[in-house]
Amino acid sequence: MTKNTPNLPPHQDLQVQNQYAYDEIPSDLFVKAPLDHRKSEEIGTPAVSFWKEAFQRLIKNRGAMISLILLVSLIVLALIGPGMNEFSYREQNLTHSNLPPKIEGLEWVGFNGLNSQGVDQYAERDVQINYWFGTDEFGRDLWTRVWRGTQISLFIALVAAALDLVIGVIYGGISSFYGGRIDNVMQRIIEILMGIPNLIVIILFILVLEPGITSIILAMVITGWVGMARVVRGQVLQLKGQEFVLASRTLGASNPRLISKHLLPNVMGPIIVTVMFTIPTAIFFEAFLSFIGLGLQAPLASLGVLIEDGYKSMRYFPYKLIFPALVISIIMISFNLLGDGLRDALDPKMRK
Amino acid sequence: MTRYLLQRIGFMLITLFIIVTATFFLMQLLPGTPFTNPEKLTDSQLTILNAKYGLDQPVAMQYIQYIGNLLQGDLGYSFQHEGRTVTSMISGRIGPSAFIGLQALVIGAIMGLLLGIVSALKHNSILDYGSVTLAVLGMSIPSFVFAALLQYYVGVKLGWLPVALWEGYSSTLLPSIALSVTVTATVARFIRSEMLEVIGQDYIITARAKGLKENQVMVKHVIRNALIPVVTMLGPLAVSIMTGTLVIEKIFAVPGLGEQFTLSILVLDYSVIMGITIFYSALFIFVVFVVDIIYSLLDPRINYKGGAA
Amino acid sequence: MTNTILTVEDLHVAFKTQHGKLTAVRGVNFELKKGETLAIVGESGSGKSVTAKSIMQLLPKATTEVTKGDIHYNGESLLKMSKNQITDLRGSEISMVFQDPMTSLNPTMKVGKQIMEGVQRHERLTKAQARERALDMLKLVGIPQAESRLDNYPHQFSGGMRQRVVIALALACNPKVLIADEPTTALDVTIQAQILELMKDLQKKTDTAIILITHDLGVVANMADRVAVMYGGKIVEQGTLDEIFYSPKHPYTLGLLRSMPKLNEDRGQPLMPIAGSPPNLATLGEGCAFAARCPHTMAVCHTYTPRDTVSETGHSVACWLQDSRVSKEVDKTELVESGNSST
Repeated sequence: MTKNTPNLPPHQDLQVQNQYAYDEIPSDLFVKAPLDHRKSEEIGTPAVSFWKEAFQRLIKNRGAMISLILLVSLIVLALIGPGMNEFSYREQNLTHSNLPPKIEGLEWVGFNGLNSQGVDQYAERDVQINYWFGTDEFGRDLWTRVWRGTQISLFIALVAAALDLVIGVIYGGISSFYGGRIDNVMQRIIEILMGIPNLIVIILFILVLEPGITSIILAMVITGWVGMARVVRGQVLQLKGQEFVLASRTLGASNPRLISKHLLPNVMGPIIVTVMFTIPTAIFFEAFLSFIGLGLQAPLASLGVLIEDGYKSMRYFPYKLIFPALVISIIMISFNLLGDGLRDALDPKMRK
Repeated sequence: MTRYLLQRIGFMLITLFIIVTATFFLMQLLPGTPFTNPEKLTDSQLTILNAKYGLDQPVAMQYIQYIGNLLQGDLGYSFQHEGRTVTSMISGRIGPSAFIGLQALVIGAIMGLLLGIVSALKHNSILDYGSVTLAVLGMSIPSFVFAALLQYYVGVKLGWLPVALWEGYSSTLLPSIALSVTVTATVARFIRSEMLEVIGQDYIITARAKGLKENQVMVKHVIRNALIPVVTMLGPLAVSIMTGTLVIEKIFAVPGLGEQFTLSILVLDYSVIMGITIFYSALFIFVVFVVDIIYSLLDPRINYKGGAA
Repeated sequence: MTNTILTVEDLHVAFKTQHGKLTAVRGVNFELKKGETLAIVGESGSGKSVTAKSIMQLLPKATTEVTKGDIHYNGESLLKMSKNQITDLRGSEISMVFQDPMTSLNPTMKVGKQIMEGVQRHERLTKAQARERALDMLKLVGIPQAESRLDNYPHQFSGGMRQRVVIALALACNPKVLIADEPTTALDVTIQAQILELMKDLQKKTDTAIILITHDLGVVANMADRVAVMYGGKIVEQGTLDEIFYSPKHPYTLGLLRSMPKLNEDRGQPLMPIAGSPPNLATLGEGCAFAARCPHTMAVCHTYTPRDTVSETGHSVACWLQDSRVSKEVDKTELVESGNSST
């Protein structure tokens, strides 16, 4: 604090300092010493870009960070998991059907190969290989199927979210940027689509297209983009009226420049957040469709298909339900928490 | 207001008409025929059946006929259940669905409001973190996963409540609880964020500056104002409950509309699928409409003559 | 001294932020006498609103803290009072009017109810009596057709009318002190004048002491008996309206006055803005907060915080230029001149 006058004692207390130091202040300090103006104009804290600041806030959010780590691990497992043992997702081995999970060294947490009656199935049926997540009624390895299913579920969700994003941004962007009659017509269309429970539409479209990865994705996109379009439209309309956009316009900025330099960067935040919430919704719908029998056809498996299979034999082989249910729940929770974290991090209102 | 109402009703009817039309033509694209084991039927039998259900007519004629019947409340006959009208199937099935749906809504609303209000009042405390965690779990875990687990642990393992079927009040509980989880989570999150927003408003400082006690401020100004927009959640919640009933009724073997719908999808019972689709859509549109009206009555700022002031 | 109703002594208020404590109010001292109007003037961020809110203890406890000092109302320390005692005082003894009338009323509650609520909290009145009082208050602040307006919602009033309602609400229990935090900033100029007139008028009738927080020197000139100029969380100069306007002693006060356009001056004469920008509270240490922008900065200003020099009339200023040791080279003619001209 008193860097310039090292010969003086440090002053912790203002009051005391004023009282005793008042007369001791050397008179030679009472000379003109204007401060360099550039220094006075310095900003106290270094300027941090919006994205960097948002990133810093996100890192501080424990829930979001744990979710991110969980998601990355699950994605890695989904990619390498099926190759970690010698089984394939479709290979049947009826002599090894309905084997409970068994992992060497993890017997004490339940991976012990005992069935619901407490009989070691591996010993009884003389099975030498361990199935980490057990097997289904056709003797297919559930470890491989669960991670393969995770792959498929994530793939469906990511593609659906990406298509929603593209269509939603284009539709919402056009609608709000041009405004007027175009916006009016496009809004009426959205209102009608919003008036229909989207699950019904999805079901009808799957019935028409016949179940499969492509048709599930298409059916979800048919209604899914509306949410994104509304977000983009709302954001752009709000931004359009703001002074910095008007200022840029007054300075003669072209439309492409206005969109790329002013609108897009400011709409990015809400778009990212919306995508983060679209993905778990898509995963849920896929599982939901599989559960009511409109999912993928055997031997392909998604998490929904596995849950449905597991549910059917839940009473006797609960492990068949638990693993895919656990994976889907962790994915959903993680995406939701990460979405929440991103929303908080990107919300400019939170900036201090 | 009247003008606004008429406009809204007009728009509702247009939406419904578009839905009916789209559903009808989508159904025309469906693969397969609506009859069971068509290969066993002779050509003459098929002709008779087609004539009976009007399937020998051109599509346009069928469409006009369908719309005509619909206006009289007739949704046609089921292809799978000989001689049963779709209308009678819906009315016979709606009871259990409505019961567990409404019960879930009540349970969910009460639990959600409690969790959300406590959470906001004790912002950033252990209680808050606890409720937020519960809400995230409730939002994230798919209802059918939760229902299956409930059925296994509460029904099978503990044996506290009936595992399935529709026998007396106790069998309504598990399906209702399973359905209410999403409602609880949604309401809790919503009311929490609403309350936190209201607490930050200037008029709350005014209320404090008047000398009101903290609990008066909370009850009369914060909670009251935060509750109003909760009404708008009814639309999305209705959808979530409708969606939920499709799987939950299947899991708990509830003889409701959702179970009928999933059954009909599996056997491709065209007219029933269409009928239930139209019924669900109409219900949803109606709920959204009613919610808007209630909201406008609750929030004095909304004025349909001149828009929000 | 018996005339003094409110004293603020060495008040320090800090915000708790992610990067540690940030002291926004750094030792504020003032007294308020019965029935007088004290204006607190300063740029945004100078700590005037925080000072006002800490008197009412309306700052959120989770993020703010009074780190030092005390506030006395009628000789009793407000900071040592229990929560109940404070809420009893709010609205009945000390009231507050806020900056933005558009947001300071509950949008879903009828204005009559909002006034009655405060009245019924502090006085044993029946609903009918409270309603009667609310009606009287609306009439007092000049709202036409007050009877029917009681049952209107805030959005049915214009901005100026809403601020009248807020004032009615604040004065409904006849408080001794009214804190008005930028009461006219959000209003049109013509409405501003009406509201100021209303406040002056009501003050005469009720003998309420007013703390007027503003950055508008025009408002100050119109309303205040005494003026406190705040800069960087401190009161740098305090005195009567005349003292501050005609013989300012602090370079900042002078700068403020100079940057205000005057009608009677030569149009060709340029305005003289204060160079630089307000200090960053996070990096503010010892020394005068204004040193970085002051045209008369001396070496001492950077390292020592100036203490208040008080004249016989009570005109106090915190500036090293008042010190007898000031070197002759330092040009303070402007200040001395303006100081001489009226005293």
